[in-house]
Amino acid sequence: MMYEIIVFLPLLGFLFAGLWGANVEPRTSEAVTTIFLGLSGLLSWGAFFGFAWSADPHALVVPVANWMTSGKLAVDWALRIDTLTAVMLVVVTTVSFLVHMYSIGYMHEDDSRPRFFAYLSLFTFAMLMLVTADNLVQMFFGWEGVGLASYLLIGFWFKKPSANAAAIKAFVVNRVGDFGFALGIFLLFRLTGSVSLESIRAAAPSLVGQTIHVFGMDADALTITCLLLFMGAMGKSAQFLLHTWLPDAMEGPTPVSALIHAATMVTAGVFMVARLSFLFDLSPTALNVVLIVGATTAFFAATVGLVQNDIKRVIAYSTCSQLGYMFVAEGVGAYGAGIFHLFTHAFFKALLFLGAGSVIHAMHHEQDMRRMGGLKDEIPFTFWMMTIGTLALTGVGIPFTSIGFAGFVSKDAIIEAAYASHRPAAAYAFICVVVAAGLTSFYSWRLAFMTFFGHRGDWAHALPHDAHDDHHGHGPAHESPRVMLIPLAALAVGAVFAGMMYKHWFIGGGFEGFWKESLFTAKDNTILEDMEHVPWLVSLLPFLMMAGGFAVAYYMYVVNRSAPATLARSNPLLYRFLLNKWYFDELYDLLFVRPAFWIGRVFWKGGDGAIIDGLGPDGVSARVLDVTRNVVRLQTGYVYHYAFAMLLGVAALATWYLFGGIR
Amino acid sequence: MIIGLAHYLSLAAILFTIGVAGIILNHKNIIIILMSVEVILLSVNINLVAFSTFAGDLTGQVFALLILTVAAAEAAIGLAILVAYYRNRGSIAVEDIHALKG
Repeated sequence: MMYEIIVFLPLLGFLFAGLWGANVEPRTSEAVTTIFLGLSGLLSWGAFFGFAWSADPHALVVPVANWMTSGKLAVDWALRIDTLTAVMLVVVTTVSFLVHMYSIGYMHEDDSRPRFFAYLSLFTFAMLMLVTADNLVQMFFGWEGVGLASYLLIGFWFKKPSANAAAIKAFVVNRVGDFGFALGIFLLFRLTGSVSLESIRAAAPSLVGQTIHVFGMDADALTITCLLLFMGAMGKSAQFLLHTWLPDAMEGPTPVSALIHAATMVTAGVFMVARLSFLFDLSPTALNVVLIVGATTAFFAATVGLVQNDIKRVIAYSTCSQLGYMFVAEGVGAYGAGIFHLFTHAFFKALLFLGAGSVIHAMHHEQDMRRMGGLKDEIPFTFWMMTIGTLALTGVGIPFTSIGFAGFVSKDAIIEAAYASHRPAAAYAFICVVVAAGLTSFYSWRLAFMTFFGHRGDWAHALPHDAHDDHHGHGPAHESPRVMLIPLAALAVGAVFAGMMYKHWFIGGGFEGFWKESLFTAKDNTILEDMEHVPWLVSLLPFLMMAGGFAVAYYMYVVNRSAPATLARSNPLLYRFLLNKWYFDELYDLLFVRPAFWIGRVFWKGGDGAIIDGLGPDGVSARVLDVTRNVVRLQTGYVYHYAFAMLLGVAALATWYLFGGIR
Repeated sequence: MIIGLAHYLSLAAILFTIGVAGIILNHKNIIIILMSVEVILLSVNINLVAFSTFAGDLTGQVFALLILTVAAAEAAIGLAILVAYYRNRGSIAVEDIHALKG
């Protein structure tokens, strides 16, 4: 019963705020959805503590209803609760509750608050469906549900054309990934005859070595399946090549970015790979792809984050990069480390986003960091919370121990795992994540220094010349209301302690007893032990990179403030390349968007307009018009013409009767 | 010269043709159309009376009287309509009456 309540309370909140929100005070909708989420969150923590340390290794399956049965295909609504689900439940409901609460303050000027809270609750419900799914079809339901909620929330300010465009972009790019995910589910059903996780898990070992005929060649069935499923994960988790929607999604309100585009929805891909670890672990090729894609994303997104000026976009690229880290962990087989980073990342990234939201709120909806500066003294609480988030993201801690901020514990574990792995791509991944760690530190501190240190307008000279007039950052900054600061504090506690408290259970000695059967580890998968035995230099390396990034950022943005401009001037090509995000948007525009528009126009104008309409409805009606136009000319209106016609008719009739009409 | 049935029928046919031609060829005045209709009716009457006489059956002549009555009524109504039409439109020229033009 407890689990149904956890999952369906947000749905109730959504229905209340969505259907009834117009009839009651906005305050009521806010309170109802937030309280429901709070209850759901409390119960989730209960479920987490109940499950993580219970002795029963099996997952608990709570049947809800039958969805559809057709031939061999039987799909049930059922909630599958195991440690992995419990971890996700905690992350989703906790962050969602805090974001609901924060939104009460952040959105207080908005006219359609009930709609906003309804969407937030709808998103939470869909996400909970996703993480509790007992079969892949139900997971797909949640998968699409969060996609829908993401679309609605990115386009929440639907009067802004850019928000609409971003919402459509997110939806379309996700469709590419979801197409792969759906194909993967079809293929799994074809191979195992079932979509239920339990049956697929049982059938997985027998799939090893099976081949399937694709595009004229025999390919390894398991690898193809895993790659297709991973395509879905790439779309949802904004991995390299399918990442373009995530930065644009920042058009949505900031609490949405914190909840959906940092802590929960974008981690759905990471969760899915971990959930299906019993499949992925059997296909080294697929895991290599996961490793390469994750490492590339971690590096690529970090480089772009270096030069962005929009405070939310910096954090968005950081999210993209950190998701890459999680996939690197899964690629080397350390699923626990991936989920651990997901867990800690949810806290500190939501903290950073909500902190950025607080900054934006304080700056009267100014997001450009070049118009900020000196906020340290004006909004001290937000400053300290953001600092904690930055310390956690960059991974500050004491090397060779487990004492440090959340990101230190989980990220360093991933870097060590990448070093310890024997996969062909592991060396590449190791270099990528180590460099990315330094870049992460640089852009995080750059954000902090540009926003909070110095004075307002220190960076105004970097603004484009035509943008000087339209600034709206008037007046002094003001600290946000308490309802927005409490979530920051709560997340800050998580960002500080989540790593130290749970390391033992997620990736350390308590691994087996904690995860039990929810994560699959093959007999020869000893990555978690290997990563404890890496050379001391490797353990120290992330710390050195972090310190180096901090030092460079400190020099460039506090000590010698002309250095960034000088550096950008001396490397114009590289700077433009990074500023334009490796020209991915332009490339996709050229490769896909324009041809799609062109094909669409050909089919619309040529196919539909000229051929179908021309020969069909329009053509027929035009011929009818031609005929009637001629017939109409017979109707002159003159009496003598009608009389003449009658005479002719009478004469014809008479003639007919005379010559053979009457027998 | 003995005037026989054929003469009557020929006269009736000529009158009928004149009446029809009057309707079709006349582009000036609606009153002329009405007069042409009367001529046609009269030609039919001549036919009826001629056949009646030659067949020795009075029914045809009774019918002719009926037709005369109807023709008189028709003429009265037709002229009344014409007067009303003239008051509304200010013209009874055939050329001007083409409200039904498509």
